Amino acid sequence: MSPLAAVPLAVAIPVAFFVVLGATLTLIGALGFARLTSFYDRLHAPTLATSWGTGSTIIASALMFSFIDGRVILHEFVIGFCIVLTTPVTLMMLGRAALMRDRAEGSDALPEDMRHNRDPAADTHARD
Amino acid sequence: MSRLFPHPVLSVALVFLWLMLTRFSLGYLILGTALSLVAGWAYSALHSAKPRIRRWSAIPRLIGTLFLDIIRSNVAVTRLLLTEGRSGRQSAFIRVPLQITSGNSLAVLAIILTATPGTAWVEYETETGILTLHIFDASETDHYHDVIRNTYEPMLMEIFE
Repeated sequence: MSPLAAVPLAVAIPVAFFVVLGATLTLIGALGFARLTSFYDRLHAPTLATSWGTGSTIIASALMFSFIDGRVILHEFVIGFCIVLTTPVTLMMLGRAALMRDRAEGSDALPEDMRHNRDPAADTHARD
Repeated sequence: MSRLFPHPVLSVALVFLWLMLTRFSLGYLILGTALSLVAGWAYSALHSAKPRIRRWSAIPRLIGTLFLDIIRSNVAVTRLLLTEGRSGRQSAFIRVPLQITSGNSLAVLAIILTATPGTAWVEYETETGILTLHIFDASETDHYHDVIRNTYEPMLMEIFE
């Protein structure tokens, strides 16, 4: 008998719920990524996968293997921690690269006031 | 002591991660401690400014707020993605003047905003302290202004500044 068959219903149901939730969010994020048209919109879709998509899968995995091994297993949370910590690096780099490119081209993806590097003196008024 | 442990928080976190990923035993504890010491020295050679955490008590509150916020915005973005093309959603750039200036609190704010679906960090101007964000749903502009300025900024200031 595989160890999976020994898992009682009370554990199997929450595990299944979290796995399906995580997988669904990741799928919706991926679909959104494919369907959205502008680059900046596309930055948002994958964050579904890196936030609750990952989080929910991690919770399910920790629950399942903690139960099978009979001790608390938290390895998965290290993965989650590293994903949360490293995603901003790539996303910010991509976002800033797109901004640089759009500014250089004077692209209409940017609102009028963002197309040029702003004069710092003008900003001090905008802050008030 | 501070020459040996230039970054105590980083070193302790690394030992903790090491023990979590391997299994707890004396051998792994010694190996992990040695590695985290070397990592601490390497990090202080790269980045000598030491992060100062003033109030540890605000950290669980920050994590709790972030957790609820992530759930809320996951629901919002999922709904918008599923109705894409029919909901008339528009995205927008917003500019938020920030009061926080230290590198550490800005880094944590960047993690918070990126981890929350619906907001993407685009640019921060050091001279003016203005942060440019791209938000997925332009109708939530006021909400994000409010959350950043009245929820996250005061907490980050309490922790770091």
